Amino acid sequence: MPKRTDIKKIMLIGSGPIVIGQACEFDYSGVQACKSLREEGYEVVLVNSNPATIMTDPEFADRTYIEPLTPEILTEIIARERPDALLPTLGGQTALNLGMSLSEQGVLKRYGVEMVGAKADVIAKAEDRNLFKKAMLKIGLDLPKSASCHSMEEAKAAAADIGSYPLIIRPGFTLGGTGGGVAYDEKEFEEIVTRGLFYSPINEVLVEESILGWKEYELEVMRDGKDNVVIICSIENLDPMGIHTGDSITVAPAQTLTDREYQRMRDAAIAVMREIGVDTGGSNVQFALNPDDGRMVIIEMNPRVSRSSALASKATGFPIARIAAKLAIGYTLDEIRNDITRETPACFEPSIDYVVTKIPRFAFEKFAQADKKLGTQMKSVGEAMSIGRTFKQSFQKALRSLEIGRSGFGADGKDKFENTSDADLEELVRVPTGDRIFAIHEAFRRGWSVEKVFELNTIDRWFLRHLEELVAFEDEIRSAKDVSGLKADLLLFRQIKEFGYSDRQIAWLLGVQEADIREAREEVGLIPVYGLVDTCAAEFVAFTPYFYSTYAEFTNTGITDRKKVMIIGGGPNRIGQGIEFDYCCVHASFALRDAGFETVMVNSNPETVSTDYDTSDRLYFEPLTLEDVLNIYRTEKCWGAIVQFGGQTPLNLAADLEKNGVNIIGTSPASIEAAEDREYFQELVTRLKIKQPRNGLARSVEEAEAIAEDIGFPVLMRPSFVLGGRAMVIVYDNEMLRKYMTEAVEVSEERPVLIDAYLEQAVEVDVDCISDGDTSVIGAIMQHVELAGVHSGDSACVIPTATLSDPVLETIRKHTFALAKELRVCGLMNIQYAIQDDEVYVLEVNPRASRTVPFVSKAIGVPLAKLASLVMAGFKLKDMGFTDEIIPRHKSVKEAVFPFSRCPGIDVILSPEMKSTGEVMGIDSTQGMAFLKSQMAAGNSLPSGGNVFLSVRDADKEAVVEHAKKLAEFGFTLYATLGTSTVLRENGIQSNAMFKISKGRPSVLDMIEEKNVAWIINTPSTGAAPMRDEVKMRARAVIRNIPITTTMDGLGAAIDGLGSLRDNGKVAVCSLQEFHRHAPKIDVSRAKI
Amino acid sequence: MSRAKEYSWKEQREKRAYLALEDGTVMRGYSVGAETDAVGEVVFNTGMSGYQEILSDPSYSGQFVTMTYPEIGNTGINAADMESRQFFANGFIIHNVNTPSNWRSEIALSDCLKKNGIPAIAGIDTRLLTEKLREQGTVKGYLHVEPAADLPEGEGISKAEAWCGLDGQDYASKVTCEAGYDWDPDGSLTASWGVADELPEADLTVVAYDFGVKWNILRSLRLTGMNVKVVPAQTSADDVLKMKPDGVFLSNGPADPAAVGYAAEAARKLLGKVPMMGICLGHQLLGIACGGNTFRLKFGHHGCNHPVKDLMTNEVEITSQNHNFAVDVDSLDKSKVEVTHINLNDMTVEGLRHKKEPMFCVQYHPEACPGPHDPYYLFGRFRELIKSA
Repeated sequence: MPKRTDIKKIMLIGSGPIVIGQACEFDYSGVQACKSLREEGYEVVLVNSNPATIMTDPEFADRTYIEPLTPEILTEIIARERPDALLPTLGGQTALNLGMSLSEQGVLKRYGVEMVGAKADVIAKAEDRNLFKKAMLKIGLDLPKSASCHSMEEAKAAAADIGSYPLIIRPGFTLGGTGGGVAYDEKEFEEIVTRGLFYSPINEVLVEESILGWKEYELEVMRDGKDNVVIICSIENLDPMGIHTGDSITVAPAQTLTDREYQRMRDAAIAVMREIGVDTGGSNVQFALNPDDGRMVIIEMNPRVSRSSALASKATGFPIARIAAKLAIGYTLDEIRNDITRETPACFEPSIDYVVTKIPRFAFEKFAQADKKLGTQMKSVGEAMSIGRTFKQSFQKALRSLEIGRSGFGADGKDKFENTSDADLEELVRVPTGDRIFAIHEAFRRGWSVEKVFELNTIDRWFLRHLEELVAFEDEIRSAKDVSGLKADLLLFRQIKEFGYSDRQIAWLLGVQEADIREAREEVGLIPVYGLVDTCAAEFVAFTPYFYSTYAEFTNTGITDRKKVMIIGGGPNRIGQGIEFDYCCVHASFALRDAGFETVMVNSNPETVSTDYDTSDRLYFEPLTLEDVLNIYRTEKCWGAIVQFGGQTPLNLAADLEKNGVNIIGTSPASIEAAEDREYFQELVTRLKIKQPRNGLARSVEEAEAIAEDIGFPVLMRPSFVLGGRAMVIVYDNEMLRKYMTEAVEVSEERPVLIDAYLEQAVEVDVDCISDGDTSVIGAIMQHVELAGVHSGDSACVIPTATLSDPVLETIRKHTFALAKELRVCGLMNIQYAIQDDEVYVLEVNPRASRTVPFVSKAIGVPLAKLASLVMAGFKLKDMGFTDEIIPRHKSVKEAVFPFSRCPGIDVILSPEMKSTGEVMGIDSTQGMAFLKSQMAAGNSLPSGGNVFLSVRDADKEAVVEHAKKLAEFGFTLYATLGTSTVLRENGIQSNAMFKISKGRPSVLDMIEEKNVAWIINTPSTGAAPMRDEVKMRARAVIRNIPITTTMDGLGAAIDGLGSLRDNGKVAVCSLQEFHRHAPKIDVSRAKI
Repeated sequence: MSRAKEYSWKEQREKRAYLALEDGTVMRGYSVGAETDAVGEVVFNTGMSGYQEILSDPSYSGQFVTMTYPEIGNTGINAADMESRQFFANGFIIHNVNTPSNWRSEIALSDCLKKNGIPAIAGIDTRLLTEKLREQGTVKGYLHVEPAADLPEGEGISKAEAWCGLDGQDYASKVTCEAGYDWDPDGSLTASWGVADELPEADLTVVAYDFGVKWNILRSLRLTGMNVKVVPAQTSADDVLKMKPDGVFLSNGPADPAAVGYAAEAARKLLGKVPMMGICLGHQLLGIACGGNTFRLKFGHHGCNHPVKDLMTNEVEITSQNHNFAVDVDSLDKSKVEVTHINLNDMTVEGLRHKKEPMFCVQYHPEACPGPHDPYYLFGRFRELIKSA
């Protein structure tokens, strides 16, 4: 079938902010879809609230709406744009749910919009547990015994029916299994069912027979309108059933199935596709297999492109999202060409000649109170993927891609279980956590058998055997004794590298330096070659330059002698380093390609646009370590490398790369490091007459105490060289200081602790600036909504600034330019200032791309990262027409999004340590509306009426009065703790007094449980630990999805927003293209080599 | 504490075994099969599963199979998944051999290769070899694995060159059964794990020519309600007709279709007298019987992911393939036969149908094993053809 001509305009919904379970894989799929649809001549209307995405770049769609992803807002956009079709299958669960809402509410019908990709009834059949079960039984597939329950009574009856613990509880219609879990006894069962019923938007949980310990598989399936079905990739989980697949180590293709078993699974997956009736596009189907007898049960299917689809695309080279978009508009698989081979059609099943490993990345270090045990609810914040010729190679590469300081599967001096008792080790090997794999390393090191480890965790013996062999092989490596021993036994040396050992591991095992091994390797010519990810296992000539390293005899292909720039990506997503940096890397590649360079991308994150096969001229899917990056740089003979776009990962490599002859373009690593060097920096700002909070550098508890006394409490303390404010705290007294110095951080001569005076009640400002050495231009001055002390990544901020005076702004500009000049910035720079009593203090300078670059670019309509990459390559801002700061007429607000509901029990209070996983943007003509939109987009929808609970610290008691007055005026009913209530009464405001939680009932906890409170305003008490009461309240409120405002400034902004809404009557929508009408025309096309 | 002894890295590292190609290429590795040298035609297979079915497929007789997927042996070998009575490939070339982990595994791959007397070499850069075969086409090779003899590489190359190869060779008569037999009278070979628990009534009887037939073809025919009488390759058409079959099936098989004139002759005689179906070599023979020619493909089709388009329905099926020769589309008399299926990768003929007589055949493997079951319906089509005849 040719493409449809009856539809012209297609609306595509993105997945919103990055949250656990939904990360940048949907930016990747959305970008592919946009490109795919537009090259067919369709007009694309894109909606997404996440400004850090590539898909929301105005050139990727005809109309781009950065608006909250709610049914109401989407209805507004549909009314305005009148699309012919809605494609909801490429924006994750968020888009799918929104598509369903719009269908159910009759919006699509009213405006004549056709849902393409999957129809509403199909989505319902796949997502509704009961309908799904019925459908599966109809086609003769086996399922775990289960029952859908809507109350505790029903759940208990179901548990009795199944007969034995453990039991699995899965809430209906939630993302990444939120609220679900495994119950081992009745008490846990009740707890999880209660939670699950609550989280499920339809108050439904599935109580299910346990298939814990079974083997778990996923198949990625595509179907076209003519019922052609193909399997793109099979994935086998190394971690058995019981751990969310997003938290499991997974391997592609499936390793331990005979063909007969695999084909049975394939048949089942195809039958599922047909029975559920997914019209066109990609889906994934999950199976569990009893390792003892091969009984196969179906777990679930997602009728949409998923995280696994992104993984499958990157693992095989088959662009699932791109093809899915083409199928949605009528093409069939045989009509679409395989881009990789150019000759053969897309209607085939990729065959690969390598092994792919995916490993999740966790952020438990950020949430000390969270339970580290893995279960059916996803907890990882990112993932790394690696490709190797063998499982061993792939697996070791995956571990060193994870960027947790490990260089492979142990043997790197970081093994920490050596002193663990056997009993404790058994527990560590048994219980699934992010660290389990290293406990297994220790178990094999102790000589435990594969059988013993299998008994503990039922990880397939096939995997365990490979791991055991790796551990045993460490002795072989040691047997070389030293570098000359290695050089003398080339067969051994080669075998070591084929097994995936990094130079670092070899160095550690032989007690030498990494550089020694590298030199030895180069001396004997042991250099990796680069295999092609070609979808066809070398059967056909491939044209896509997508590579992985291995040690083999085949030769590299397609290496040119063009002028090349290497862009080093950011690796796996984690808190503090996510999609924003990938955005910058992708922009660098686009801009430099256009300018005539050949771009070489290196990254290890399968979720990203940077690892899409057509983003760069050459893509290397490799760990971001010195060894791996240097090998590529030398093989490709690059002209230069960009390190300032990928966040901390490439920066950490910069100095070593430079030492090894890599031409780092843009701001020099020395300058980047200088800005981090407190002593140098202090000297610099003093010279430039820029004020800085009083500070000091402590290498011991005594030094810290002396400095704090000198500066005066409260002080801000943090370790040096970290991103995302890791372990940064506000310290109020000596006791807390000592605790921090002794327990929280490792202090050493090389890694001192930084101590700053904490400026209370100061306004914080972020500045993004670009400089080419001659000209410096401010991208934007952003004013934070929260006061200084909240990590800038967690703080809401606004463009343009709202309350800063002209002289203050002038001072900020003057300082910024002076710092850019002094640090010889070539590229981007981010500076944080604090303004206290009209005095401007500089807090931090980072001469590199910051997290806010995409937000600023979208607010001002100028592609800062593109400009910066061109500047680094030697072009001048003047020539490209960007010389003046833009102060847009419209208002933009960035708000952070947090993973609190994923980690029950943790406190939601914002602090200097970054905790957010993602961000959203609100954009409107007024500040109030822009803020309101940002809150809606962040899922923090402010109520327009109902009960508000207020409890503020003493310092805020005066400020709260005005706000409370407004709230009462808006029609809210006020509830307050005694103290707050008294203040309100004294000021003539009526409120209902409540007990403090620990003092008696009714307290706010009762209101929360009864769902009787619409909004909680609580500013935390200052002082040492936050009060237990408050933590409890906030944690409960997060679980109940009740909006919480924790700062007076946030409250002020919210009230402004509600005021605007009352004035306007409704939320109006407007596309980015319209907002950017007045933006200056920047001509990057003038940059050409 | 060291268990390194259990593993044979030291031995592997020596890479004393090698594969010598007629063009002078030598690739070194280590022996993981029987310790006997062999000659063979080197082909590659891109299937990521199914090494057991491949090794036991008689069509690979005379060939060294290179697996492009690097981890092989993961699931061991089990009796139920055999595609014939023994392994038939002349040799096996892989990157890495594994100790099995699967609940159905009965014997490790390496042990089974030894038992079957099939030499195998691991530690080979199979991607390099595949690229070579892709560029140069199929080549003759010599596999030196004997531990005692230290055969100079030059001699290995000479032996590869000197071998007559497969062109013009009748291998069907080497692998066919010695005497005719009834397939699986007690049903135990058909009703095995993952295939079927019980068998349907068989109301038809077909004769299957065994040019190297895969058991799953026989299983599939039986599961479609046909009793199968297997006959040796050289059985004459008259002898077959005397058996009064409801249909005749021509099986897959090794080597060159042009070299089995007797079989093409039998096919020609049977055509029009009885409903016929052919697979792979059987398809090529029917093509010849209808007046067509076959030619050698550059490196053949060996894998589980080949898209084939049914020109009648325009639907695409993902198919299992294993052939080095193909029917030349231009040689066919279009008034007699029509092309029903084509390969979407290279547009070669994948299926034929006689316009007047009850006959159809496919180049690929609807019986799968290994590979997808998409074209399994063809056995049903054979049944319909018989019923309607």
